[in-house]
Amino acid sequence: MTAQITDVDVPAAGDTGGLGQAARDYWARVRGGDIGSLPAVLGLIALIVLFGVLEGSTFLSIFNFANLINQSAAIIVLAMGLVFVLLLGEIDLSAGFAAGTCAAVLAVALDSWGLVWPLALVAALLTGAAIGLVIGSLVARLGIPSFVVTLAMFLALQGAMLLIIGEGGTIPIRSEAILVVMNGNMPVMGGWLLAIIVIAGFALSTLASIRRRRTAGLPAEAMSVWGAKVGGLAVLILVATYLLNQERQLPTAKVTIQGVPWVVVVILVLLVGLTFLLQRTAFGRHVYAVGGNREAARRAGINVKRLMITCFVFCSTLAAIAGVLLASRDNSVSPTTGGAQTLLFAVGAAVIGGTSLFGGRGKIRDAVIGGLVIAVIANGLPLITQQSGIQFVVTGLVLLVAASVDAISRRRVASTGR
Amino acid sequence: MTDPSQPLLSLRGINKSFGPVHVLRDVDLDVRAGRVTALVGDNGAGKSTLIKGVAGIYPFESGQIIYEGKPVSISGPKQANDLGIEVVYQDLALCDNLDVVHNMFLGREIKSGVTLDETSMEKRAAETLAGLSVRTLKSLRQQVSSLSGGQRQTVAIARAVLWNSNLVILDEPTAALGVAQTEQVLNLVRRLADNGLGVVLISHNMNDVQAVADDIACLYLGRMAAQVEKSTVSSQQVVELITTGRSGDIGLQPETAMGGAA
Repeated sequence: MTAQITDVDVPAAGDTGGLGQAARDYWARVRGGDIGSLPAVLGLIALIVLFGVLEGSTFLSIFNFANLINQSAAIIVLAMGLVFVLLLGEIDLSAGFAAGTCAAVLAVALDSWGLVWPLALVAALLTGAAIGLVIGSLVARLGIPSFVVTLAMFLALQGAMLLIIGEGGTIPIRSEAILVVMNGNMPVMGGWLLAIIVIAGFALSTLASIRRRRTAGLPAEAMSVWGAKVGGLAVLILVATYLLNQERQLPTAKVTIQGVPWVVVVILVLLVGLTFLLQRTAFGRHVYAVGGNREAARRAGINVKRLMITCFVFCSTLAAIAGVLLASRDNSVSPTTGGAQTLLFAVGAAVIGGTSLFGGRGKIRDAVIGGLVIAVIANGLPLITQQSGIQFVVTGLVLLVAASVDAISRRRVASTGR
Repeated sequence: MTDPSQPLLSLRGINKSFGPVHVLRDVDLDVRAGRVTALVGDNGAGKSTLIKGVAGIYPFESGQIIYEGKPVSISGPKQANDLGIEVVYQDLALCDNLDVVHNMFLGREIKSGVTLDETSMEKRAAETLAGLSVRTLKSLRQQVSSLSGGQRQTVAIARAVLWNSNLVILDEPTAALGVAQTEQVLNLVRRLADNGLGVVLISHNMNDVQAVADDIACLYLGRMAAQVEKSTVSSQQVVELITTGRSGDIGLQPETAMGGAA
């Protein structure tokens, strides 16, 4: 408790400082415990350097880069869903098998019922939404801890999945439209076009926001900071697009493989859409409020129960999308789809990316950054050691480190919150 | 606004029981616009019960609420807000992980289409704070977790006046604050009244009451012992009113204090 009599009066008008000031402000926030995705980004760079030095020829190949995106896609989408429930301070342990169950519904709808793929996709998504509705209602209306509800659903959905798939064991996916998501690439020009749209979209929307604040006479971001952000993002996206547009096939092969994987479009649409929902709408604001102080949110007139149910529906529906991605990647659905470490990887991805397990803190982009970290570990470790025991231990340790960083930064927030 | 000679809020003959416990007995209270009315009393005297009834948390059993000269019934917090009554509870009910603007507009966000209209909200928040001469906040975009206790209280009070409210009830606003911050918050309370609002200040602290109140209403065991102008009583008399229900010829007369018919 420091007395605040030394507070400086800062006029409301005018811009915030330039690049130097922005860097100092950011560092002050990090020291105050608001670390966001910083550890994940540093970890990602460190891991890439580490694996690059140890196994450069394999790990840093362009083929492996595209492979990484495919390996991380389902985890990223699952983690995006988990961000919604983690923001509330809740957990969904059943998301992995929700993904599997929805994938099974998709496979049965395509294979046994003979539905066209859009209808099968809708059936899978509705299954996900229904699962979320059940979990959310039990948690919000009956007041059972989400840990218990979703642990029970973890078992129940595993059983439901076996029943749906039946005795056969594995259902193949033959729909071209579903398969192309994880196995197809955009044309080279399409990839460049996508890159330009993303960069221009980011630059123009942030510029519009700065202009709006200027017109209203509110402090706005300096143009130098804006330029640095847009420039950094542009370099990152253009380099990634350039790499993905290279030929990935061995020189001897007849078929060419090049271009940005189609799944990148799926992830981008979800990233932009869900970020908009959480950051720009009243619903998103209320999600953060409930995660920060449930009683305050209730007194402010927010329907806390309905909001919690909605978040669980989002989580399970996104799990359904992750299930479709898994089915597309494996070309089939089996009782192990969405099982094993899928869920732990997704929770790990969200937490490593910077989403707090205590609620109220986190962003959709955390899922993307954390998912990439998890995929790099899962992809790079087998190149170094064949022992799966070591791989499990290392992955577990990384999750523990992320949870520790979360807990420590939470303490810092509490101690600097004078 | 209302005619200054007429009270903004008048309570007449308020009764409230919780089961067999008769918490409020025939309580009368007048709150005038532009004045700070301190509501004092010992623990269990019925202060919180009285304001919670006005805030619409629960209904009174009998008695009349007259607001801006008209009898009203308040059946819920929403209705109290619609009348222009805002309560700042002791725990403030702020979300630490949201910034100042988000907290002030929580649950009542300004929207343009589906998106939040952040610029309008920030502008209005800044205007409200400027109207209260608050200059202790560095940025309206800092998270509440980084604010001091006094700054948080300021944000909670500013949220209460943002909605063109005309009666603000403050529950022990200085209880958790240091000396300098108490000073800041009391100045703010004074400015609320100077801006023409009716202010009810619940407090245990005689210094606060002496510093900022215009009227003092003292509850003693569920009865209104006295409502007097501060200038007519000494601090010593107020303490006597709180502890015994009477002081000289003001306060409850012995037979009434013993529980006779009022």
